[in-house]
Amino acid sequence: MNSAPLMAIRGLEVTFGTSRVVHGIDLDIAAGEALGVVGESGCGKSVTWLAALGLLPGMAATSGSVRFQGQELCNAPRATLENVRGRRIAMIFQDPSSCLNPVRRVGPQLVEAVTLHTNLRGDEAKTEVLRLMELVGIPDRAARFNLYPHEFSGGQSQRLMIAMALAGRPDILVADEPTTALDATIQAQILDLLGRLRRETGMALIFISHDLGAVSQVCDRIAVMYAGRVVETGAVTEIFAHPRHPYTVGLLNSIPRLDGGQDDLLTIPGAVPDPSHLPPGCAFAARCARADETCATAIPPLRGDGAAVACWHAALPNPSLREAALA
Amino acid sequence: MMSFALTRLLRAFATLMLVITFAFSILRLSGDPAIAVLGPMAPAAALNAFREAWGLTEPFWVQYSKYVLSIFAGDFGDSMRDGLPALPLVLERVPATLSLTIPSLILTLTIGIPAGIVAALHRNSLLDRTVILAAVAGFTVPSFVVGLVLVLIFSVTLGVLPSGGQGSWLHGVLPIITMSTVSIGLVARYSRSAMLEVLNAPYIRAASAKGLKWRDVIRLHALPNAILPLLTIIGLMVGSLIAGSVVVESIFSWPGMGRLLIISVAARDLAVVQCILILITVLMVCANLTVDLLQAWLDPKSRNKAHA
Amino acid sequence: MSPIIEANNVSRTYAGHGGLFRPKSYVRAVEDVSLSVEQGETLAVIGESGSGKSTLGQVLLGLAPASAGDVRFRDAALSPAGSRQWREQRAEMQLIYQDPLAALDPRLTIAEQIREPLDIHQIGTPEERAQRVDEVARDVGLQPVHLSRRPHELSGGQRQRAVIARAMASKPVLLVCDEPVSALDVSIQAQVINTFRRLQRMSGVAMVFISHDLKVVRNIAHRVAVMYLGRIVEEAPADVIFANPQHPYTKALVSSVPIPGKPLGDRVILQGEPPNPAARPSGCAFHPRCPVAVAQCRTSVPELHSNAEHRRVACHLVAEVRGAAA
Repeated sequence: MNSAPLMAIRGLEVTFGTSRVVHGIDLDIAAGEALGVVGESGCGKSVTWLAALGLLPGMAATSGSVRFQGQELCNAPRATLENVRGRRIAMIFQDPSSCLNPVRRVGPQLVEAVTLHTNLRGDEAKTEVLRLMELVGIPDRAARFNLYPHEFSGGQSQRLMIAMALAGRPDILVADEPTTALDATIQAQILDLLGRLRRETGMALIFISHDLGAVSQVCDRIAVMYAGRVVETGAVTEIFAHPRHPYTVGLLNSIPRLDGGQDDLLTIPGAVPDPSHLPPGCAFAARCARADETCATAIPPLRGDGAAVACWHAALPNPSLREAALA
Repeated sequence: MMSFALTRLLRAFATLMLVITFAFSILRLSGDPAIAVLGPMAPAAALNAFREAWGLTEPFWVQYSKYVLSIFAGDFGDSMRDGLPALPLVLERVPATLSLTIPSLILTLTIGIPAGIVAALHRNSLLDRTVILAAVAGFTVPSFVVGLVLVLIFSVTLGVLPSGGQGSWLHGVLPIITMSTVSIGLVARYSRSAMLEVLNAPYIRAASAKGLKWRDVIRLHALPNAILPLLTIIGLMVGSLIAGSVVVESIFSWPGMGRLLIISVAARDLAVVQCILILITVLMVCANLTVDLLQAWLDPKSRNKAHA
Repeated sequence: MSPIIEANNVSRTYAGHGGLFRPKSYVRAVEDVSLSVEQGETLAVIGESGSGKSTLGQVLLGLAPASAGDVRFRDAALSPAGSRQWREQRAEMQLIYQDPLAALDPRLTIAEQIREPLDIHQIGTPEERAQRVDEVARDVGLQPVHLSRRPHELSGGQRQRAVIARAMASKPVLLVCDEPVSALDVSIQAQVINTFRRLQRMSGVAMVFISHDLKVVRNIAHRVAVMYLGRIVEEAPADVIFANPQHPYTKALVSSVPIPGKPLGDRVILQGEPPNPAARPSGCAFHPRCPVAVAQCRTSVPELHSNAEHRRVACHLVAEVRGAAA
């Protein structure tokens, strides 16, 4: 990452009424990279990206900076955001079936995206839509052009949403839990499709998910979030092999393994704190075995470049050193 | 679609039959029409003659089957007060009622729906709060109160509008406003919540995310979806406007169907009351049938079901 | 030992929405399913949406009558739904499903909800009931302070614990869990799975665990039945079926599970989507998506039969392998 990042988020904060759900996010996205954002519900992983694109409802207050190729998007005028959305940064969501307008045929909905972002009109636009439908693997696409959203399965609706997102040839595709609502075999198909499209188009991918398995299949880098903060980032292989933040360790231990046995799972005790009553120190301290007085009073900053961790007692990056430190 | 329409038509017919039966029995069970018409002091012979003449002595089901058959032959019986056929008597009052209800409906749709939608788009703003307040006031204050207050202000105090009767178009202004306040309030309230629900739908966020201008998101994606649930309300609104005409026509001495109904009920004029009830039912059933078919045609999900 | 619950060639057919002028359509949600679960055992039923796994759960509990075949609970046929015996049996068999918020009454405290089945079935004296509520709440890991709260005041994990406590209050012998941890976050999910295991060790309850999550199933189930479009296509002990799946569908399911820390490799990705249950393909219902299907698969339905100890597979090709070996 020598060149300037494609997108830079600095100190992003989001508040709903009295409760702050995102507490200062710093993240850089390089052109063409695939970043996985993981965490449990309420950790702010989706809100961060909705805020970056100005897609949150009016009562949410956002502050900080979101720069896309130098252009400030945080609290930018509506026209600026509308020019970036879809064309530079596209987004797809969970529950694809309800992301398509139920009373309009899917073909015209896709044409709408194509005419919005290209100079193609009429038959040319339709040809482009059919090309996109083929690209995302919709069978029998000419006949399905005129169907309504409810006539498509969840997996196919997600393919349509991806086709729509590709219409503007975006630099970044933000995928918010795109496979969560889908069946296992369909999930695998969509993950495969996202990976292939990223290789073919060179766009960057932000993959937001609670599923660490799905994230590792399509991403190079991971940001783990907890209670509105990034607590650890690093290369996928590195984080899974040597997690440094106690929360990351706990999360990985909580996932049962397909090649594992039937022993009790190692769990993280307790539950995520209420966002409107966060402790003054590290939000994870109450559930953490390594916590001490420092953790109860001071919020640990995210330290390190490339691989970073926000913990006063983070495990050392080198595994052999880590063994020594824990002993 | 054909079988769907046919099913709905049959249902509408069943509703009509139920109302005919209901009207027939409830009116006959509520008191003796002979006593009501001739008065409690009338001699027994006169009462019996009256009952004989109107077939009231026959068994209940004979009266009923005769009545149903004659209704389908277009014969609603003769008014008990003046002996004239009931149907023409009622029909001649219909234009007067429609001249109130149709403008009221138009006002309801053109003011109520936009007000609700604008309020939803500016949720929690001063504008939104004003609309909610006005809407709630509109449908909670009874129309006889609204009517009387309007008469006090515009007829008694200012003297700019007539307080009753039918003459120039000016006579219609106060009744129409009175009649539409309730329905405008209701429709505004429903439009607002229908729109808010649609604005929260994932496809609205998805449409914004693809870079569509907010104006187009509303026009192309939000409005067509918000209209669907509103259709049902509009169907019901037609019914409540007709029902409201009973009160409004009485306040403003408007010579419509509603006023005739009140007079006929007071006089136990069976034929006329039944005729009005059935006519109102036909109107409401037709309105709801239209709404159902329109909704089925506009909503691709039910259209498909209708095809299958 | 005789099984707690046993299904013999059970089918369940739904009549689709007919109209006044349209013939009714029929959906065979469950077809010719046989299984049994013993005391202290967990049978997982896995499959994708439309596989009929939830319907099977309803049939086992007698909540939806079987259209064919019979279900036996503790060696006796299930009583018809709504009868007195059927109502009494409710205390012995309980259902837990995905959404705990929908399963709980928003107006009642957690203690009242846990106590409700005891009141309904008049189990114990009032003092004993109160005692049982405290006991079962402790067993599922609820704190005493949670008992006086209402559902909206609890977290998702605590709510599901409350639902489990309510189900266990009447000391049932059979628990059918329909996606009980799917709505929960990973760290909470692990806590609840451990709770299920602990409860089973303590009470010996038999469990039917319906899930689409193979990793969870691997951790909790003793045996696993894989369903595809209403039929069981493979059944085997959990340690065997995931290590060595035999049916092509099971193979695809196992390989579709993303493993944390592993990039997308050369795993088998099944093409196509499960067909609509109302339009079931002929022969083996899996043949349109099957990478190894042959002509026979299009015409004849493969029987589910044992090809090894504790193992059943419904596939013409697997049967052939066995035939060749024999």
